[in-house]
This record gives sequence, C-alpha cells and structure tokens, in this order.
Amino acid sequence: MAVPVAYNLRNMVVRKTTTVMTALGIALTVAVLIAILALVNGLRTTLSASGDPLQVLVLRKGSESEVVSNFTRGQFQDIKFKPGIAAGKDGQPLASLELVTVINLASVDAPDGMNVTVRGLPPAGIEMRKGLRISSGRWFETGHRELVVGKSIAERFPDARIGKRLAFGRGEWDVVGVMDAGRGAQNSEIWGDLNQVSSDVQRIDVLSAALVRAIDAPAARALINDLNSDQRLNTNAMSEREYYDLQTASAAPIQFVGIFVSVIMAIGSSFAAMNTMYAAVARRAQEIGTLRVLGFSRGSILSSFFVESVLLAVLGGLLGCLLVLPLNGVTTGVGGANFSEIDFSFHVTPRIMALGVAFAVILGAFGGLFPAHNASRKEILAALRGI
Amino acid sequence: MFRFLPFVLKNSWRNRRRTLLTIVSIGVSMCLLGVIISVYHAFYLSDPTSDQALRLVTRNRISLTVALPQFYRERIKQIPGVREAMVSQWFGGSYKDARDPKNFFARFAIEPEKLFSIYGELSIPEDQKRAFEHERTACVIGRDLADKFNFHLGDRITIVGDIFPGNYEFTVRGIFDSPRRSEVLYFNREYLEQTLPEARRGNVGTFTVLVDRPENAVRIGETIDSSFHNSTVQTKTESEQAFALSFVSFLGNVKAFLLSVSAAVMFTILLVSANTMAMSVRERVREVGVLKTLGFTPGTILGLILGEAAAIALLGGFIGFLISTVLTAGVRKSPFGAFLPPVSPYDPSVAVTCVVVACLIGLLSSLLPAWGAARTPILEALRSTD
Repeated sequence: MAVPVAYNLRNMVVRKTTTVMTALGIALTVAVLIAILALVNGLRTTLSASGDPLQVLVLRKGSESEVVSNFTRGQFQDIKFKPGIAAGKDGQPLASLELVTVINLASVDAPDGMNVTVRGLPPAGIEMRKGLRISSGRWFETGHRELVVGKSIAERFPDARIGKRLAFGRGEWDVVGVMDAGRGAQNSEIWGDLNQVSSDVQRIDVLSAALVRAIDAPAARALINDLNSDQRLNTNAMSEREYYDLQTASAAPIQFVGIFVSVIMAIGSSFAAMNTMYAAVARRAQEIGTLRVLGFSRGSILSSFFVESVLLAVLGGLLGCLLVLPLNGVTTGVGGANFSEIDFSFHVTPRIMALGVAFAVILGAFGGLFPAHNASRKEILAALRGI
Repeated sequence: MFRFLPFVLKNSWRNRRRTLLTIVSIGVSMCLLGVIISVYHAFYLSDPTSDQALRLVTRNRISLTVALPQFYRERIKQIPGVREAMVSQWFGGSYKDARDPKNFFARFAIEPEKLFSIYGELSIPEDQKRAFEHERTACVIGRDLADKFNFHLGDRITIVGDIFPGNYEFTVRGIFDSPRRSEVLYFNREYLEQTLPEARRGNVGTFTVLVDRPENAVRIGETIDSSFHNSTVQTKTESEQAFALSFVSFLGNVKAFLLSVSAAVMFTILLVSANTMAMSVRERVREVGVLKTLGFTPGTILGLILGEAAAIALLGGFIGFLISTVLTAGVRKSPFGAFLPPVSPYDPSVAVTCVVVACLIGLLSSLLPAWGAARTPILEALRSTD
C-alpha cells in the first residue's frame, strides 16, 4: 500500500523554509531554460510570420541572402513574365525588384550603431506584402527621398521616427511613416523607393533580388522549379517562407549556450534537492520507523520520498514558469542573414512551460532517488530509536 | 579569530554528506559563473593584446556592406603615425553546401606582402610566405581551418562567390598559426580585382591600419575620419577590438544574456548555501546553548557560523573556478573564440572575482540563521529538543 501523498504535502508545508528555498533554486534553473526556449521560439515565430509561402524570392545563384545577392534589371525582365505569377491591381504581374543594403544607425541600447536593413522597392512590392499596414504616417512616394520604418525600428532608434531625417547615401531622407508587420521581420527594416535608394548607393543596374507572387501553391512550386532549372537565368529561387525558415539558424548559438547553462544549473540544483531530501529523511527517521511498523513496505517508503522530491521539483517548475511570464513579449534582437538585426519578442507558450516542468521533474527525480533509497533501507528498530 | 578555525572546520565536516553535496552544488554553479565572468571580462573589460592595440579598422561610415574607394589607402598612409594600411575585402561566397553551417569560414581578399607584417602575431614559414606572395591564385589558411577540412599545402579550394559572382579556385600555399581561433582563408586581392568588371574595380571593404604606438591609436583613428569628413565617401575608424565586438552583438544581446544568467546562477548558489546553513544551525540549537554557557559571546557564535558558511562556499567556489578554467579553454576553441581576445583561463582578476563572489554569497547566506542562533536565549536553546 502506498503512503498517502497528503503526508508528503503536509511535510512540505511544515518545513516551509527549506521547501521554498529548494523550490526556488529549481525555479531559477527552470526559468533559465524556459527563457531560452521562449527566445528561440520568439525568433521562430517572427521568421515564420515574415515569409509568405505563395511568394517566391529570387536570388542570384550562389547567394543565400538578399544582401550579398546581385540581381540585374535584365534578369528581372526575364522572370517577370514567367507563367504562374499573380496579377496586381494595375494588371501588371506582382513582381518586385528590390535592393537590400545595410546602414549603421545609433540605437537606444547601442550608441555605437547597429546594422539595419534598408530596402528599396517599387509599389508592387508593397502591394504584395499582404500582412503589412501603415500604423502611423503614410507610405513613401515614388520619386521622393522618403522612408517608412518598421515599428521596432521606430521604437529603438531615436533618429528613425516620423518627422526626423536620416542621413545615408547622398544626403538626408525624410521619415514619413511607420509600418506594422505584425510579428514579421519587416518590423526591423527601413523601406524606400527603389530608384531613389539604388541611385543613392550607386547600384542603379545591379540590385539585390526579386520577389514574385504566385497564383497558388502549385504555381509557386512550379515557378521555383522553372527558375532554378533555367540555366540562362542563373538564379536561386525559393519560397519566401523557406528563406526565413533558414534564418532560424541564427538563434543556434544562443540556444546551444542556453541549454548548456541550464543543464549545468540543473546539476547544481539537483544536488541541492538531494541535500534537502537527505535532511528530510534524517529528520523523519522515527516517522519512517513508525510507518514501517504500521505495515508500509520498503517500496512504499521509497516511492513516498521519491514522490515528495518530485513534488518539490514540480513546485519549483511552476514557480519557474511564473518567473518567466513577465518576459513574454519583451523585445530583443539577433543578427539575421542580411547582416543586420532582426527584432523579435520572447514567446512563452504552454508547451514550453510544460517542457520546463518536465525538466524540473527529471531534476527532482534524480535528486530524490538516493535519499528515498536511503529512507527505505532503514532498519525499523534503528529508525524508531532515532539514530 | 583564527583560534576557532579548527572548530569551524570540524563543525562543517560533521555532516559530511551534506557538506559535500553543498560543495558540489556550489562548485557546479560557480564553474558556470567562472566561465561567464571570464567571457564577460574578455569581451568588455580586457585590454587589447599588444598586437591588437596597434591595429585600426576603417570602414565606410554608412555600414560595412558599402565599399570605400581604394585610393583612400594612400591618403591614410600619409597620416603621421600610420606604419601601414592594407586593403581587406570580405569575400563571402560558399564552400561546398552553404546551408550546412559547418562549411562556413571567413575568406578575405588582402595584400599578401602586407598581411604578416600587419598581423604580427601570425606565424608562417618564410618559404610558404614567399610562395603566397608570388602566386596570384595562392591562398594561406589558418591552422584550425586546415585541421577542420584536412587541407594540405598544394590543395585546391573552390569557393563559389556571391558578392563577387563566379567560381574562384585557390591553391593552398601556406598554413599559419595564430594565438586565436583561425578558421580563415586569405588570398590575393589582385586575383579578385582581375575577375571583376571594370565598374566594380577599385573598391575596398575595409582598411586595416597599423599604427606606430598604441597610445596614438585613438588620435590616428580620429585623424583618418576627419580627413575624409568632407569627401563624398566618409569613413568610420575603430580599434580592431571594438570592430570585433560589433560582430558579437550579432549573436544577440550578449551583455544582457551574460548578466541575467549570472544573476540567476548567483541567486541559486545563495539559496543552496542558505538552505544548508539553515539546516545545520537548526540541528545545533542546543549546542549553541552549551557554547553560551561556556562563555562564548553572541558575536563569537555569529562569527563561527558565518565562518563555516564562508569555508564551504570558498571551497565550492575554488573547485568551481578550477572546472571553469577547463570550460573556458573549451570556449576559446569554440567558434566564439574567433571574436574573443585570447581568453586566459587563469586570469587573476577572474579568479579573484570568483573567490570573492563565493565568499560573499557564503556570508550572506548564513547571516539570517547565524543571527537567529546568536540571539537565542540560553535557556530556550538548551531546552530545544530537535
């Protein structure tokens, strides 16, 4: 027969100081793990919100990012009338020739400057991005030296707000609007008119990439195949979704370091949990003897202490979740494929919290195993005598 | 005060299992803290190495991705205090399948005859150096890169260009040793220039500038930038250390990450140590009563318990520091090592920080239980049955 769990719960309440301290130790470990997972998840959410599976990004062969790609106007004319491309409001194919460059801007937390993507694009490029809207101000006008900034750029860079002027290329640019891409990476970009931007950085004929919108999913696949197999074009086409998915790799170092840190912290906390459980066993020697006299088997004693350790860890895990919740939505940045920063927010999901609690359970199980074994091995008489 | 040292040690050794578990627990956490402290130190607090302090990097003010005109080199070389200025162009491109991050390494187009005088810390056999200078399609690679892909002298490496489209084939003519992680390939910029269309020639990514004395570096950097201030293309010059650090921000907000993790680790150690001390004091209330009857003052008792906690924490901290030196050596060999100045695992300031932190945590953690024990009235303490 098993010892009732209420016995363990009451014991935890009686030794509340020790319980709270051990649980808090576990909580911090779990918090670090959850924070890292939430960070990586946040980046993943942002990247997968950035790419539309119907849109095909065309780079030059050999290029894996827009900023290193070279794409000529001639190449663009060749792909623009490929079959399967959707038509825009004006009846022209939805294809956008874009220039991507990077400028260094001083931000609130990096006064020495941070790399920011500047994208020059034609009106079709704006029409294609369905998830995008202007949250304040207006779009830039073709032929004007005007810029629209992503909402996280507007928050983090004091120089990039409506009414201010940004200096790059051959002179100053007016910031006329702020765009909101939901969770998308476009929040970390600055957009301007294609011809204005490209002439300013002296790349009038050699631009970066083209984005085209397919009619439907099969058309998108066919278009990608068509573009990649056309030797004459010399292009590397992929769906916009895939392009952003590949960038998830930029979170790999942080994920690796974070998991390494959590595992080491977990070793430390499980030793601490072991300590607490050994103390619990030692203090309750007489109780253990009594339980044995009452007829509880060695196995029930073992599982009872084991369960207590796991309960302690679960408490710690839950506390850890609570500790991390305020982080949810906090914005941070990481370097992306375009040699500039992508902003994203911590994204704590129930699944991540469950993972955190599971991690705590493993930790508690490891910490409780030996003390529980120790408790079950006590001889009845010796235990009752309280040695 | 050291009169009581044997007593303190004996007390801490009374419950061996608990003390050992506590020491291990603190040690494991402290080793993490040790690594974080040494990485933080290397990133933000360390002085540049003597070679590094002599180098500046000049780039386009707009950003690193925008080029500078090549003729700037001559103007930079005329600035007093500048010993040499070398063109350096990030080549990019991909080796084999670029989607596999393992295939990534840095490639730079440089001026072969200047490379080893500017990077004085790189060592290469004289004949290999000469072979590199005399062959247009030659390249030199770092020892780490050679080991990683098992490259040998005479091997051919094909890189598919992206910023500079086309297939480029290089012959390995030299392998150099570097105190830092050296997954890097240098090749002759002339080779690159000749493959480019007329319109793209004469452009430069950065200039690596060697100055005569470290104390002149800041002044020379400012002089370079101000001499191009009114030109169409303006420059930004920073120390090599600052330049390298700007890449670290690419990994994310490293500073905040390091600080918040170390705060969490320290707090965990505090809890572990406090828990142990609370347990051990609770068991000893009666003993404290006896000590008091023997004439020990509350102050001495406070000191005894604080000392015990400090001893345990110190030992844990020391063990942690020892493990951390091993881990730090690992960090230096990891891909991060390329951004770091050579992290010395036995940096005295890191060691002192670890020990001080451990000691402080020990003292802090036992303050409350020790205070309680010292203040318990004799009779009550003696009556305690736990």
